[in-house]
Amino acid sequence: MAFIPHTPDDIARMLEVIGASSIEDLFDEIPKDLRAGVLNVPAPLSEMEIARLMTTRAAIDGRPLNFIGAGAYEHHIPAPVWAIATRGEFYSAYTPYQAEASQGTLQLIYEYQSMMCALTGMEVSNASLYDGASALAEACLMAVRSNRSSSSRRILMPRAVNPTYAQVAQAIAGNQDISFVPVDFDRTTGRTLLDALKPFSGQDFTALVVQQPNFFGSLEEVDALTDWAHENKIMLIAVVNPTSLALLKPPGEWGATVDGARGADIVCGEGQALGVPLSSGGPYFGFMATRMQYVRQMPGRIVGGTVDVEGRPGFTLTLQAREQHIRRSKATSNICTNQGLMVTAATIYMSLLGPRGLEAVAQASMQRTYDLVSALGKVPGVKRAFTAPHFHEAVLLLDRPPAAILAALSRRGILGGLDLSERYPELGHAMLVCATETKLDADIAAYATALADVMSASRAAA
Amino acid sequence: MSNKIPSDLKYTKSHEWVRQAENGTLEIGITDHAQSALGDLVFVEVPDVGRALSAGEACAVVESVKAASDVYSPLAGKVVANNDALSAKPELLNEDPYGAGWLFRLQGSGPLDAASFMNASAYESFLAEESK
Repeated sequence: MAFIPHTPDDIARMLEVIGASSIEDLFDEIPKDLRAGVLNVPAPLSEMEIARLMTTRAAIDGRPLNFIGAGAYEHHIPAPVWAIATRGEFYSAYTPYQAEASQGTLQLIYEYQSMMCALTGMEVSNASLYDGASALAEACLMAVRSNRSSSSRRILMPRAVNPTYAQVAQAIAGNQDISFVPVDFDRTTGRTLLDALKPFSGQDFTALVVQQPNFFGSLEEVDALTDWAHENKIMLIAVVNPTSLALLKPPGEWGATVDGARGADIVCGEGQALGVPLSSGGPYFGFMATRMQYVRQMPGRIVGGTVDVEGRPGFTLTLQAREQHIRRSKATSNICTNQGLMVTAATIYMSLLGPRGLEAVAQASMQRTYDLVSALGKVPGVKRAFTAPHFHEAVLLLDRPPAAILAALSRRGILGGLDLSERYPELGHAMLVCATETKLDADIAAYATALADVMSASRAAA
Repeated sequence: MSNKIPSDLKYTKSHEWVRQAENGTLEIGITDHAQSALGDLVFVEVPDVGRALSAGEACAVVESVKAASDVYSPLAGKVVANNDALSAKPELLNEDPYGAGWLFRLQGSGPLDAASFMNASAYESFLAEESK
């Protein structure tokens, strides 16, 4: 039996009704030269063949010891998280149409929003977005809609923000007449300094993006950056790692209080660290939170608490009037995919850990990274790149190009870090390393030993 | 359906009304028919004072629990006043669309071309035609 809802007969009848001669006709408006043409993909496989293929490929990957972060983080996921998330009641990727008929799903999203507000120190969170990078793009578009003091559509994008995020923001918002102005980082500390922003004082900018911890793992001086932005009538978009918020000051409290309000105006980021496996890059989910005064400009769905006609508490989708099914091209978002299942896992993960559990994860990850940096820093030819305090990532400088070293480590079952030399050539032979609570003392020692071997072998070969 | 159409105003096909106000400014709102079609409004967004509008530009948003609709500027000009009261009390627009529910005042960049608008009886026929 084919699990395909439309039979050839159905399709022929539907085409007849709308007056099209083939499915291909429906794509007429896409120019021929933009079509992919014939795809070079192998023929379909049976379930048994697929299982065999995937087992073989997984064996090739092995079980490497992973020290790469750069936006996706390997954390321990307690077994109940996915046991609960994959129950039939939750196991659907989307909020249902007729959403209010599924009170349990809406309650889960409401709890998720409440937890994200508590973590970020903001007043309102949406039900999630596609991923961290597109959440930043959406935050930029939202800032342009919200900042009434600015008409420039220019956004300050520090180079210490995850370069993939900056690239995605450019791809999505750059085509909507929004321009991004880079802000350099300090070569000594690895921070975005106030001095780098001062040349822009008094100019019309819509928003300043601040990532905390930044892409290099360094902790930015967020209070000073936030105050500078607000003094210049610039909205502050915070990109944050949710795990780190268990230890760091929430973005809702950044900076001084101005007119009774303080903190970031829009907070966004990648939610993967909260119970979602690495899975070769996805599916993940993005999050976004803001202050009530900007809620109508926030993209995505929001679940609100309410009461029914008999006064009993319940949950409902709220502020829907600006979503795509009503506003079409004028909707407040162009991507508002609700990553429902990932959010379900994250909500269960946060519920199981609680504030103290999450703090323990953050604390252990930070400690492991300090241990890692200290162990690797003792290897000849390796030193720390920056002096600022870091969270669970740091940049190391090698005395030769990292690519060959990382390849050699990989052959020994260690994913040693991310080579930064292409993205940041001015840093020289730099690589970004990360450790989370999943790395034991023995793992760190194994990495240090392997790195020392590989470096000395490479030196001998040269 | 509620359907008051005052005889001293001009009307557009997108259901805005225009009133000649003092000092040659023009007051703009949406009609009784429009507010009634939208239902209970929960949010009204008006253009900022000083904003330059071109004719037909989307410049305000009226939002009910079911829909959010754009309001289009009937003619080119500069916004000289907006109805701030609507941000706290959007229901004013439902209750009194031609009075307390006005949206904004415009200093037109040229004389009002009466021919490009409908008078009350033309708008009434337009509504009758539209509802067929």
